[in-house]
Amino acid sequence: MDNTSQENYLEYRGRFKGLMGWLTSTDHKRIGLMYMYAIMFFFIIAAILGLLMRIEKIAPGQTIMDAQTYNGVFTIHGIIMIFIIVIPGLAAVFGNFFLPIMIGAKDVAFPKLNLLSWYIYVAGSILVVASLFAGGGPPDTGWTFYAPYSFKTGTNMLPAVLGAFVLGFSSILTGLNFIVTIHRLRAPGMSWMKMPVFPWTLYGTAWIQLLATPIVGITLLMVIGERVFNIGFFDPAKGGDPILYQHLFWIYSHPAVYIMILPAMGAISEIIPTFSRKTLFGYKAVVFSTLAIAFVGYFVWGHHMFTSGMSGTALFTFSILTFLVAIPSAIKVFNWVSTMHQGSISTDVPFLWAASFIFVFMIGGLTGLVLGALATNVHVHDTAFVVGHFHFIVFGGTGFAFFGALHYWFPKIYGRMYDRTWARTGWLIFFIGFIALYGPMFYLGMTGMPRRYFDYLPEYHGPNILSTFGALIMVTGFVIIVVNLFKSAKSGKKAEMNPWGGTNLEWQVPSPPPLENFDEIPTIDKATYKYE
Amino acid sequence: MSNVHRDDFGSKLGMWLFILTELLLFGGLFITYAVYRYLHVDAFHLASQELDVPIGTINTIILLISSATIAMSITSIQQGRKKLTLWLIASTIILAVIFLVNKYFEWGAKFEHGLFPGSDYLDSLGYGDVLFFGLYFFMTGLHAFHIIIGIAVLGFMFYYVKIDRLKPDNFQLLENGALYWHLVDLIWIFLFPLFYLIA
Amino acid sequence: MTEEKHHITPYKTYLAVLGILIVLTILSVAITQIDLSRWATGAALLLAGIKSTFVLLIFMHLRFDQKIFKVMVGLIIALLVVVIFITMLDFLFR
Repeated sequence: MDNTSQENYLEYRGRFKGLMGWLTSTDHKRIGLMYMYAIMFFFIIAAILGLLMRIEKIAPGQTIMDAQTYNGVFTIHGIIMIFIIVIPGLAAVFGNFFLPIMIGAKDVAFPKLNLLSWYIYVAGSILVVASLFAGGGPPDTGWTFYAPYSFKTGTNMLPAVLGAFVLGFSSILTGLNFIVTIHRLRAPGMSWMKMPVFPWTLYGTAWIQLLATPIVGITLLMVIGERVFNIGFFDPAKGGDPILYQHLFWIYSHPAVYIMILPAMGAISEIIPTFSRKTLFGYKAVVFSTLAIAFVGYFVWGHHMFTSGMSGTALFTFSILTFLVAIPSAIKVFNWVSTMHQGSISTDVPFLWAASFIFVFMIGGLTGLVLGALATNVHVHDTAFVVGHFHFIVFGGTGFAFFGALHYWFPKIYGRMYDRTWARTGWLIFFIGFIALYGPMFYLGMTGMPRRYFDYLPEYHGPNILSTFGALIMVTGFVIIVVNLFKSAKSGKKAEMNPWGGTNLEWQVPSPPPLENFDEIPTIDKATYKYE
Repeated sequence: MSNVHRDDFGSKLGMWLFILTELLLFGGLFITYAVYRYLHVDAFHLASQELDVPIGTINTIILLISSATIAMSITSIQQGRKKLTLWLIASTIILAVIFLVNKYFEWGAKFEHGLFPGSDYLDSLGYGDVLFFGLYFFMTGLHAFHIIIGIAVLGFMFYYVKIDRLKPDNFQLLENGALYWHLVDLIWIFLFPLFYLIA
Repeated sequence: MTEEKHHITPYKTYLAVLGILIVLTILSVAITQIDLSRWATGAALLLAGIKSTFVLLIFMHLRFDQKIFKVMVGLIIALLVVVIFITMLDFLFR
């Protein structure tokens, strides 16, 4: 079982060796890691920008930057985090690495297209970061590029908008690749309802990537058209409607959050059964709620626009649909908790991340209901409350799940184990810092502190200090986690094939996996997640 | 990579998925059209009179014929009639070029009359006209861009058939290329009435 | 996968459909001469819809392909229609 005739994918040497061997590789595992390293690189840039924001806001008045700079900083922070980190997120990294293995395939349907998607991703990311420099300075519109300001501002809109456009292609092509992979390359015997949850979430995500991204693509193209040719689509002076821009933008950007969270939920759905030593509770419900989220998520975008001036009919429609989409997410939480109930819990590192994920995701989700209700939305729209909400649900959600997935699948990816004590320590410090950083924002928002302002009234000072200290603590935790993983990848103890006792296919191949994953494509005869 | 057996169905599935993205790309513009047409129904009606219906109709028919020729090339390649296949692909490309030439003259005439996005004349006509022509140039422009890409794609198809890379038992690539071309035709089928026939 | 007998569409079929499409095109132009007032857009879109259906089913081979392709295209068209509809809920009721 352990002996394979192939070398593992890390050692494999094709036509090229070293770095070139990686940059020309169409092996989904290497591509997944290349996404991970790129994401980590850009994450550090965006995190530094975030840290700078928090330092600025440790006290009222100007601390280290002026208002214009602050606007540029939060814009680029947002663009990188959204388009470069969390949208590709778990799908680009763990989806690429594990989708083929988990369905019993040797690679994705279109490996060369996969590599191309990575290059497109890098090109788009470089364009975005380039907008920080030269010319009119970084864009200051926020990552949402609202018109008409986005085509009137003198800052570097073009590279940023173009970069986002290019990144969209990477997302679309990855989605396309995964859909065909899941349709065509499942191992014999793996029917749809025997497929593990993580691939299911990748499937739902892929459809959203495919269908929603083109709309933001055309919208960004229209903004470029406004900027370069003065067309008038969103310019009130020419008869255009800025609210139409918001519609078009959010028609993509709301489904985008499901791109961020579905694979995260999938990873959690893998971790919890393993560390509860119990079959996932309600597999069918988890699958159908995944599809329901993907589907209903298309129709709720207006809840980002409640105060924009939409008609009453639109307000009412969007609010109701928003409440509806919360239901399938809640179903998943019940499934996870029910899985743990009467299971044999192991509180090892991946479980810590999964459990804390549920905690922060729930806070994010529940505060989403406050935002989804029309009357309360008016009070908290565009305040720090929103900032707290989406950091809990996106950073808490996708971020925690990413760390969880990383600590879960690390031994498989690198064939080595990390130091558990340092990993736990890192997790705890990170978690505490996270709550301290983002928790106060709910209070600040409800008492009236606006978002995207570099300054605030003295009455908000206290919670802002707490928030900044939280940032510093969280960063400390992050450094511990990353250093631990880096060192362990190089010199950690060698890991066995199935260190956690997982049941899916990835735990039945060697750590690290051989180049083509399997010596022979397996035939699936039993259902997934079965613990006897 | 070790030999993965050819999967024509997967290839077709991939191509259709890509076509769906294109439908949604233009879909965003159709949303915009729907909104502004509703808000400026009279101005759109009047502005449409500036467009040349005969040229638009001829262009529509040209594209329809080109769709038929590329569709027939799928039949001919399966029958092993290589020369006919090449002629059909070439005809499609020629028709596409004629379409673009017509477009070039159409747009040229508009520009000469001061009708282009950002022109003072257009701005002076009022909101409805600005939005109508903004949408007209943007949508037909994006469409024309797709025709240019299509010509390149068809060019590759021509070449692959010539060097026998595409054969009676291996022609999924040609089918995919044809699908792309039909998409270009489909979009125009809607653009034509929405811009030319609402006068 | 096993190679199924691939359906080959006869040239006659393509040419017949082309004929229909050209007729429908001319028809679309002709009806602009009739005053249909607020049904004009609907008529134009209906004819465009019929033309598209022919292109999708015959030229793009959906009629003869596996069902999944028809399902996908149908769902996407439905999605677009619903999104346009919801967007219009804003502008219609302001």
